[in-house]
Parts: sequence; structure tokens; C-alpha cells
Amino acid sequence: MGVEIDNITFAYNPTFRNILEDISFDIQKNQCIAILGNNGAGKTTLLKCIDRICPANKGVVLVDSKNVYNMTKNVMAQNIAYVQQNNSFNNMTVFDSVLLGRKPYIKWDATSEDRQIVYDMIEKMHLEDFVLRNVSELSGGEAQKVMLARALAQEPKLLMLDEPTSSLDPLNQHEVLSIVKQIAKEHNICVAIIIHDLNLAIRYCDRFVFLKDSRVFSYGGLETMTPENIKEVYSIHVDIIEHRGIPLIVPFPDKRVAVNSSLGKVGI
Amino acid sequence: MANDDITKLQAYNDFIKRKSLVFAIAVFATIVIALFAVSAGSLDIPVLEVIRSILGKGEAQFHTVVMGIRLPRVIAAILVGATLAVAGAVMQCVLQNPLASASTLGVSQGAAFGAALGIIVFGGGVVNSDSAATAVTINNPYIVTLCAFLCGSLSTFVVIILSQFKKELGPAGLILAGVALSSLFTGGSTLLQYFADETKISSVVFWTFGNLGSAGWTELLILAVIFFITLVYFLLNRWNYNAMASGADTAKSLGVNTRAVMLISMGISSLNAAVAVSFVGIIGFVGLVAPHMMRRFVGNDYRYLVPCSAAAGALLLILADTFGRLIIAPVILPIGAITSFLGAPMFLYLLFRGFDKNGC
Repeated sequence: MGVEIDNITFAYNPTFRNILEDISFDIQKNQCIAILGNNGAGKTTLLKCIDRICPANKGVVLVDSKNVYNMTKNVMAQNIAYVQQNNSFNNMTVFDSVLLGRKPYIKWDATSEDRQIVYDMIEKMHLEDFVLRNVSELSGGEAQKVMLARALAQEPKLLMLDEPTSSLDPLNQHEVLSIVKQIAKEHNICVAIIIHDLNLAIRYCDRFVFLKDSRVFSYGGLETMTPENIKEVYSIHVDIIEHRGIPLIVPFPDKRVAVNSSLGKVGI
Repeated sequence: MANDDITKLQAYNDFIKRKSLVFAIAVFATIVIALFAVSAGSLDIPVLEVIRSILGKGEAQFHTVVMGIRLPRVIAAILVGATLAVAGAVMQCVLQNPLASASTLGVSQGAAFGAALGIIVFGGGVVNSDSAATAVTINNPYIVTLCAFLCGSLSTFVVIILSQFKKELGPAGLILAGVALSSLFTGGSTLLQYFADETKISSVVFWTFGNLGSAGWTELLILAVIFFITLVYFLLNRWNYNAMASGADTAKSLGVNTRAVMLISMGISSLNAAVAVSFVGIIGFVGLVAPHMMRRFVGNDYRYLVPCSAAAGALLLILADTFGRLIIAPVILPIGAITSFLGAPMFLYLLFRGFDKNGC
């Protein structure tokens, strides 16, 4: 049991080309998968299709063998949590922002159990000193943790994060991803992360989905993280070396590769 | 749980209680000002006599003034102020636009045009020429309300279409659309006046000033029923509004049917504003000022913003009306002009302060 994405196809306009075509992969419980690909590959669109923000034209998403597309919106929100790339912050306190994550469960008003869950998540993110602080007054890293706490307050079976580390400093990047990995194990949930830093992906993710030309180019474990695959997907040469037992991806500047751009042939 | 954690959760509970206290203070202030408004006027009536009259135990002279003139006026101020303020708060959220309100989106002007159409063309009102205070009497509130609602909804419809299909317009674009619609309806009203005789022109002009005294007990009952039913809907959706104020995609991922909530909320807000305007004329800016005032105290939390806006709207309109009645008594200044005097500085204040990025 876990999450199965089966033949997802999507186009913003049926007369244009498909943004996603027959995307299929699965995520096991406790597993973090990285969704990789260059800009415009359709990574964010894929998460929006899974979360029904952009309903897929074809295909199904199964969470614990139940079709997400047949669920009510509230039930779906109890199953899937999605932290977007660019969050706009409502003018609310940290506690109230995280409390929104309990919305799919709230009938009339938040119960003491809801408040306890919210506080536990705030504590997990080490935000307990900011409980009554307005989110807009927090740093980018702290705000990102608030969004993560809100998503976890949904108690989802699938947690999806769109570039959660893009606005964070290196220390916060590692802290946030460590927490995510730990939570995946503790809460027995599936995690999908869009990430551009391949080294972070290798370190914190168990499996990797490479998207290219609207399709899954490669999907699997660490064995798929090869220089050849990376070159195919990102058009850049890399070396994979080992440092203190950890695989490390290093761009290979000596073997410059020419790619087409609007300026003509440009060396990378 | 550690003591420190209990303290922090308690701090949040205290924080929430403070928001409830803001609502309680606003309601208390509204009741006090309302009692003062009923007691003050050309005939001073002691507050105790006011209460006795309301309970049916006062002197006949006081009873006639309180129950026949002043109390309906004050209740009209409470209902219309609360209606417009709540409609404004909800519109600002679902359109993610801090300038959204019935008056800035053209709903009030549309409703006013519709109401004038209903009164003059479809015979929904009786036009008198004996005194300014009774220049227009609505003898068929249903046709007037229907016309006001339809024309007010036309503005809402255009704004919804624009916000859905021309997302690049942004907050300023929607307000400009409201300005255009206001001009259109004002032009329509001008045409109606052009073909009317002098008595009717003066009556229509007087009507558009806004007059809380024109609503009788029947109109107040209609207003109250519509207001309380829609208030329940807004309160049931307060968590949805909180989610929507964090962005449409966030709201969708939290299980909100954003499209349905937006369309129904706009429709209901429009109905509220249209009905209020059809009974008492154009009263601008309350829907804009009251929610922004309350945001200073309760933030953007719609659990508290909706009821607090209602209380603040009621309070503002009673204050404005009482000011208009007493400042150069016995002349009664038009309520619409006084609320506009409040609204213009608020607009400027918002411009200086800058709006939140998410518009709420």
C-alpha cells in the first residue's frame, strides 16, 4: 500500500501539447521520492494534478488503493497535503496558520485535540517561540517550516513539497529535509519532493523520478542517478564521487557541452 | 506535556479570548450608542424612558417617537451597517482585493439604479412632494428589491467574469472595472432623471443621498431575515475564507471548493448590499472601512473578522447617522455624504500604509 500514480496525462488546453504524458510511478510508505527535471519539465504541474488543483485529463491517483479523483475535497485534503513553491501568507499568527491544516477535520470549531496536534507540529519544527508571531514577520526558513507544519497538521498519507529548500540557507535546507525524512518514517507516510539540488536529493530521498519531454525518463533508486541520466535530463556533464561515504554530484566543467538557447549555441 | 508547552497553548487561548473581547466591546459600544441615538434629538428622551418605551411601558408621547421614528431608524442603521460591512469583508477575501466593497465594485450604484427603475418606472414606490423626509415611500418593496438585486448582481457578474478570465488584471483592474460599471449605472440613473419631471428628479436625487428613515418595520424585517440567514452562511464558511486568504491553490489543497465558495459568497454579498441599498439608498464606504478597521484588532482571521465587521459596520453607521441628525439639528445631513467623508480618508490611509500582497 502507498501511492500509485498511473498514466497521468494533462494539458492546460486540449489543442496544445500535453504538459504531462502517461506519467506512472509509485511511492511506498516511509519513502521519500525526488521529482527531478529541468525548468518547465512539468514537475509542479504533476503535483497539482495529483492534488486535483489541475485535474488530470487521463489517469488515476491511488492513495492506499483509493482513487483520489473519487474522493470529496475534504477527504482528499485528509489524504494529501501540498506545500507550494511560492506561498502567500495570510496576515495570521503561526498558530493560526498551522491550525488551517486542521480545516479538513474541523466541523464547527477547532477542538482541544486539534490545538494539541497543531502545537505538536509547531514543536516538531522548533517554532514554539513564535506561536503568536505573525508569519509575515518570520524569515524565509521559518515561514517554510510553518507551511510544512501546516501540511503535517493535515495528517496526510501523501506529503508533497514543491522546492521546499529553494529559499533556505544550507543549515535550514538540511534541517527541513531531515525533519521531512524523519516524519515520513515516524508517521508512515509517502513523501514526494520537487528539488533541484541533486546532492540534497541523493542524501534525503530514496527514489528518483526524472521527467523529460513531458514523460518519465527514468525512475528508480540510487542506480538511476548516473552521469548519463543527468546529462540527458539537464544537458550538463557531472561526475559522481564519494566523499565520506556519501555520493556527491560535481558538475564537470572541463567537458563543456553545447546546448541550444535563444542566444544560439551557449557553452555550459 | 511540559509546563512551558501548557503556558504557550494558554497564551494562544488568551490571544483568542482577546479577539472575542474586541467583538464584545464593539457590540457593547453599538448598544450604548444606539440607546443614545434613540434618546437624542429635538425631543430629548431619557434613556430609561427609551427602554420603557421599547418594553411598551413608556408614556404615549415618547412611545410614538421611539417606536415610530427613532428606533426603526437606529435598527436600520444597525442592519444596513452590519450588512454592508460583512459583504465588504467577504468580497475582499474571495476577490483577494482590499478595495473590494459594494460601493467600489459598482454593486451599490447598480442596485441604486435598479431601485430607482423599480420605484419610478415599475411603480414600486410612491413619489410624494410634500416634504423631503417622505419624498419617496416604497409601497412595493418586493419589486424594488428585485430590480435592485438584479442590477446589483449585474455588476457582481461582470466583476466575477473579469476576475476569473482576466487574472492578469489584478486588484487595480477590478476596481477600475467597478469604476466603469458605476459610471454606466450613474449614466442610466441620469437618463431616468432626464425624462422625469421636477418632483421626481428631486425625489430620486434625495433618495440617492441615502436615508435611514425611509425603512419601515416591514423593510427592516426583510433586511433582518436576509442578513441573519446570510450571516450564518458566512460564519459557516469562515474557515474556507481563512484558507482562501492564503491563496487559491492553498485553499484547494485544504479541501475548499474555491470556485463555489467564491461564486456563492459574491452572490450573497451582492444580494445583501442590493437589498440594503434598495431600502435606504446609497451608503458608501461602510463596507470598505469597517472590515479594515477590525483587521487592526483581530487580524485577517475570518472567524472573528466577520462578526467584528458586522458590529463595526453597525456602530459606524449609527455614529454617522446620529452625527448627521444632531450636528445642525433640525436639519438632517444625508447619511451617504457622511459615510463618504469617512471613506475617503480611509482610502488614503490604505494607500499610504500599502496593502497586503494577498489583498486581504
